[in-house]
Amino acid sequence: MSFINLREKIVQVKVVYYGPGRGGKTSNLEYINRKFSKQIQSEMVSLKTHGDRTLFFDFLPFDMGKIKGYELKIQLYTVPGQVKYNATRKLVLKGVDGLVFVADAQEAMREKNIRSLNQLHENLKEYKESIFKIPLVMQYNKVDLRDQGIPILPTSVLEQDLNSKLKVPYFEASALTGYNVPETLKKIISLTVVSVQKKLL
Amino acid sequence: MNYGVVSQEQLEKIDEILSEQLIKIGVDCVIIIDMAGNIITAKDNGTSKYDVYSFAALAAGNFATVDAMAKLVGEQEFSLLFHKGTDCNIHFSKIDDELLLITMFGKHISLGFLRLNVVKALEQIRRLWAGK
Repeated sequence: MSFINLREKIVQVKVVYYGPGRGGKTSNLEYINRKFSKQIQSEMVSLKTHGDRTLFFDFLPFDMGKIKGYELKIQLYTVPGQVKYNATRKLVLKGVDGLVFVADAQEAMREKNIRSLNQLHENLKEYKESIFKIPLVMQYNKVDLRDQGIPILPTSVLEQDLNSKLKVPYFEASALTGYNVPETLKKIISLTVVSVQKKLL
Repeated sequence: MNYGVVSQEQLEKIDEILSEQLIKIGVDCVIIIDMAGNIITAKDNGTSKYDVYSFAALAAGNFATVDAMAKLVGEQEFSLLFHKGTDCNIHFSKIDDELLLITMFGKHISLGFLRLNVVKALEQIRRLWAGK
């Protein structure tokens, strides 16, 4: 849950990038870290294994400037995507205000996306949150691989698989080149801020 | 307890408690965070410069991990944690289910003395919340 400091006029909001392993969650944050270095005052924190897979989470604090006199601090987190780390994923989801679901658009990853989204649904329930209510943006990542001849699912199929009931905003993206990475971020920030305003102010 | 919004008055009182009980005895930095990694308040001695936001995220994760370990060995919780360094030490203490008090201090303060003061600060903060 977000935290508002009335004395210093700071609002802290937690946004989590969720999705299957090797889907590009960390790459999203790395791109944001490079691209918006002016708005990021501290270094990105990454807790990873020797093989460079996320072990616990990545953390990137992002300053959005002022809204209605309040300084907005967005805390970006990723979760470890590997199936076996669900306990850790749950920990990171604690107090989440907004979510980006980073799906891997490769044909071979179709089932893993669905399974990961289902697990997100279950994990949120444990915190008495609903996937249908929480601010959520879908990102269909790795579309750049299409140019290399790797089979990529058409967006219509991904929409059918993942977003037919949720009907949340979605973006085709490439975390590697940065295509639609800032757009995804902007969308989730605006959705989350509106929802936090409704909840708390 | 709804800690989502803390009033200015409450924050000022908490800051007073932290200054009085901890900063005064020579602690470098005190932070209160929630278990989601948000900073409720941070106070320092004016000379130390820590990146408190990253620190809060890591500390919340750290505490959650230790909590899971406690459950594995059949404990309800490990309510305090202590990391010892050469020049800097970190002491974590649970205020309640949602809040954590983190103290960073140098080698000139003994752990026992610090713990006594942390306990006093905790009691006062809990009373403050209860009176809400």
